[in-house]
Amino acid sequence: MMCNVCGCGEGETRIEGAGGAHAHGHSHDHDHDHPYDHNHAHDHAHGSDDPHHHDYGQGPAHAHAPGMSQSRMVQIEQDILGKNNQYAQANRGRFARQGILTLNLVSSPGSGKTSLLTRTLNDLQDELPLAVIEGDQQTSNDAERIRQTGVRAIQINTGKGCHLDAHQVGHAVDHLAPDDTAVLFIENVGNLVCPAAFDLGEAHKVVILSITEGEDKPIKYPDMFHAADLMLLNKIDLLPYLEFDVEQCIEYARRIHPGIQVLQVSATSGEGMARWYQWIKLARQTRLVGFESTAATTAATA
Amino acid sequence: MHEMSLCEGILQVIESEAERQGFKQVKNVWLEIGDLSGVEVDAMRFGFEAVMRGSLADGAGLEIIRLPGTAWCLQCARTVEVAQRYAECPHCGGFQLQVTGGDEMRIKELEVE
Repeated sequence: MMCNVCGCGEGETRIEGAGGAHAHGHSHDHDHDHPYDHNHAHDHAHGSDDPHHHDYGQGPAHAHAPGMSQSRMVQIEQDILGKNNQYAQANRGRFARQGILTLNLVSSPGSGKTSLLTRTLNDLQDELPLAVIEGDQQTSNDAERIRQTGVRAIQINTGKGCHLDAHQVGHAVDHLAPDDTAVLFIENVGNLVCPAAFDLGEAHKVVILSITEGEDKPIKYPDMFHAADLMLLNKIDLLPYLEFDVEQCIEYARRIHPGIQVLQVSATSGEGMARWYQWIKLARQTRLVGFESTAATTAATA
Repeated sequence: MHEMSLCEGILQVIESEAERQGFKQVKNVWLEIGDLSGVEVDAMRFGFEAVMRGSLADGAGLEIIRLPGTAWCLQCARTVEVAQRYAECPHCGGFQLQVTGGDEMRIKELEVE
């Protein structure tokens, strides 16, 4: 239960190569054959005529007459995704301690995300320490493709789950054991909706949109474009053959997120990829400034 | 969006709070859901009933408090109310908005026994 924040993949998450101790097979033995006699008697006087100004603490909902009922009110005030956020913070702390730059790559299915990642790994692996966490629903084909580049990779199969969560990623990082100062790419499940809400502890979300998709994707999936710091407009080599309005697409993205950075790239032709690599290196340098000063401070006080 | 997942998250919080605060049954759950959170309230209600079944919140009522989307308009230099992330400023019509509220997904309180 604690393992998988995502209800849709309950009990089906598998981390590749993670046998025995980390088998995430949670069997949910809830008794599902309850008679449907739920009593939904809502006797709370919540005036839904003014949904923005509920006055809690004084309303009739709290006026339980003593002796009439044993029920009491319990203040919770917790984010629904609080558990995931706690795991994400733990991951974030670990990445900071190790000087690891973590990028969470998100996109629709078919955006060319894996090809873009594969090319990036091939081009950068002689310069930078790299590692990959590959999220996929069923197969481990993608991790195979990644490993053919020679870069260390681990697969998380989410089963029916539509996104990775921070707890899965924490375990995957344990198994993967990336080097200090590495760039860790997390290829999320192809889905522009759910991964937006699940913080994995990454430094940045990078959203990949290919120009074979509609230019209105940013306003169709605003949460994702709001959450991402960088948009890679992929397959830009196909621009002469398509009716894709690049300016309009960027304008939509900036409506959602005025500060989003945009790079036009093609993983096939290589166009624009140098700028993407520059972006990665600058982000990594920022990460390492902190890391080196921490390391130096630790050494100085030791 | 992924309301079933969110309901699983709600159940996790309820279960750990039950242990901490010592209650055995949940009669009502109050959520605060922002208008910009992407949550479909109907899907949430459906998921809630299904996910809570067999738990200590089996049959619990669900009260959803909607919170408005708010944003800071850079041009007007004021807080405005918005219905969607990509909405324009209702005063100046500009898009230079930074969302400041309305993406909440919180469990506010429980009525328990």
